[in-house]
Amino acid sequence: MKKKNQILDHLILMAGVLFLLLPVWIAFVSSTHRPEVILGQGLQFWFGDYFWETYSAVLFDGTGFTGKVNALLMLGNSMILGLGFSIGKILISTIAAYAIVYFRFPAGGMIFWIIFSSLLLPLEVRIIPSYEVVAQMGLLNSYTGLILPLIASATATFFFRQFYKSVPEELLESARIDGAGPYRFFVDILMPLSTTMIAAIFIIMFVVGWNQYLWPILMTTDESYYTIVMGIKNILNDLEGNNVPEYNKALALAVLALLPPVLVVVVLQRWFVKGLVETEK
Amino acid sequence: MKRQQFQHPYLPYLLVAPQLAIILVFFVWPAAQAVYQSFRLEDPLMGIGEFVWFDNYASVFDDRQYAVSFVFTIIFSTLVAFFSMAIALLLAVKADGILHGESAYKVLLTWVYAVAPAVAGIIGTFLFTRNIGPLYNLLVSTGWTFNPQVNVFDASFTVILVSVWKQVSVNFIYFLAGLQGIPVAVREAAKIDCKSELRRFWTITLPLLAPTGFFVLVINVTYAFFDTFGVIDTMTRGAPAGGTSTLVYKVYQDGFLGLDLGGSSAQSVILMILVLVLTAVQFRFLERKIQY
Repeated sequence: MKKKNQILDHLILMAGVLFLLLPVWIAFVSSTHRPEVILGQGLQFWFGDYFWETYSAVLFDGTGFTGKVNALLMLGNSMILGLGFSIGKILISTIAAYAIVYFRFPAGGMIFWIIFSSLLLPLEVRIIPSYEVVAQMGLLNSYTGLILPLIASATATFFFRQFYKSVPEELLESARIDGAGPYRFFVDILMPLSTTMIAAIFIIMFVVGWNQYLWPILMTTDESYYTIVMGIKNILNDLEGNNVPEYNKALALAVLALLPPVLVVVVLQRWFVKGLVETEK
Repeated sequence: MKRQQFQHPYLPYLLVAPQLAIILVFFVWPAAQAVYQSFRLEDPLMGIGEFVWFDNYASVFDDRQYAVSFVFTIIFSTLVAFFSMAIALLLAVKADGILHGESAYKVLLTWVYAVAPAVAGIIGTFLFTRNIGPLYNLLVSTGWTFNPQVNVFDASFTVILVSVWKQVSVNFIYFLAGLQGIPVAVREAAKIDCKSELRRFWTITLPLLAPTGFFVLVINVTYAFFDTFGVIDTMTRGAPAGGTSTLVYKVYQDGFLGLDLGGSSAQSVILMILVLVLTAVQFRFLERKIQY
């Protein structure tokens, strides 16, 4: 009885796995075929013989309007955005949350509300004025303009605040008795306690940063700042304008765009899931 | 707040300064600008503008396209949230009870979290492309005259399917964590008292999972409203005839492509109010959650 039930459970789970895996599988194996094959016979379900040809062309050969963009450049920009976003956010939010939780200071309450009001409204509802601000500051087509406005949301600050609040009160008391000031307490006690939390938030924020789409579209008109997630869309038109539309290359770009964040999440699975679940509280 | 706190004349200000500066420049100021712009009629070419009170709001509410977009957003969000939560819940319940291979299933069911909505949209577009896409061929073979370029229903079907695909993983993670948070003693007691697995699920597991479910629902509505921008922009661009344009996509289309700053800002402000209402509802429920 029990055994039979489990077989059905496995079937359901495998169906779920297939549902999630199949689209990306088809994209990947199709990208290893010649474009003529895809055009003539449709997308493929098994590998072709042109893996290196497709991927080396996509990675190293220039395309786009200027003929200078390739996947390597766009992957580099995505890496800068992902790392800049996650590291920037962690640096700024660990110290801001520290001030909010561990200090009593005039206007602290008001500052708390200003910072957390940013949780209410995502960037998407204020894109045009945000774009104007960045344009006025002369930050269009720059990494600063790409990253800073995205950091203007207090998600990470909120997570760290929750975490610090859960740190036992006695730690600060005993640290004070031992003569530790605010700096020593932060560096020697709070930071070592937060390493797991920081790792988890880093993973989540890296993925969020890498996957940004709308903001990079608005910010970048110069192809040398294209990130891979938004660059594919523009390059698609070029690829499909050819005599034989180069579907293989377009699919290869999509695979390259999803590979780094997926690898991060798969390899660091435990921290990532912990991060997501812990931050819920 | 902590009972024990530091006191220092300037250190706390120094610590919050970077965060505060970025929020003031890139959040508070643009949000205020959106409200200000929504009351003005600007001519972007001439660089002149005038104060028009609620004219922009009036024309937004008169706009038939806005009504279309509003209705689509509601239907779209409901269906995306429902299907991605239902699929995720089923998978989480099965993964929670499975004896062999739990960790492999966990990895294989969570990785989609890391796929960008825009990339999901591009792969989805290929699967639905006439003649070469397997999903296109499958649908046509059932006798469906599938034509998302012309038919709103078909186009909605494609963006909903891809948006659901993208969201199942996140929901799965939260539901599985929620299920595993149910104390073993409760589960054992339930097993003794109630033999039917299905009834046990409806009467014990589901009510205990309600707080998680509500949290996941909020995440899903937010996702359907805002994060699906990439899916829609890569798959349909709101076509045909604005039939798959969410409210956020319309703000972008009218403001950035159509250069109607006043109208787009008015739409932004309406969205802000919607989000605030959603958040208020969320907080009310969260208060209840604490009493659990």
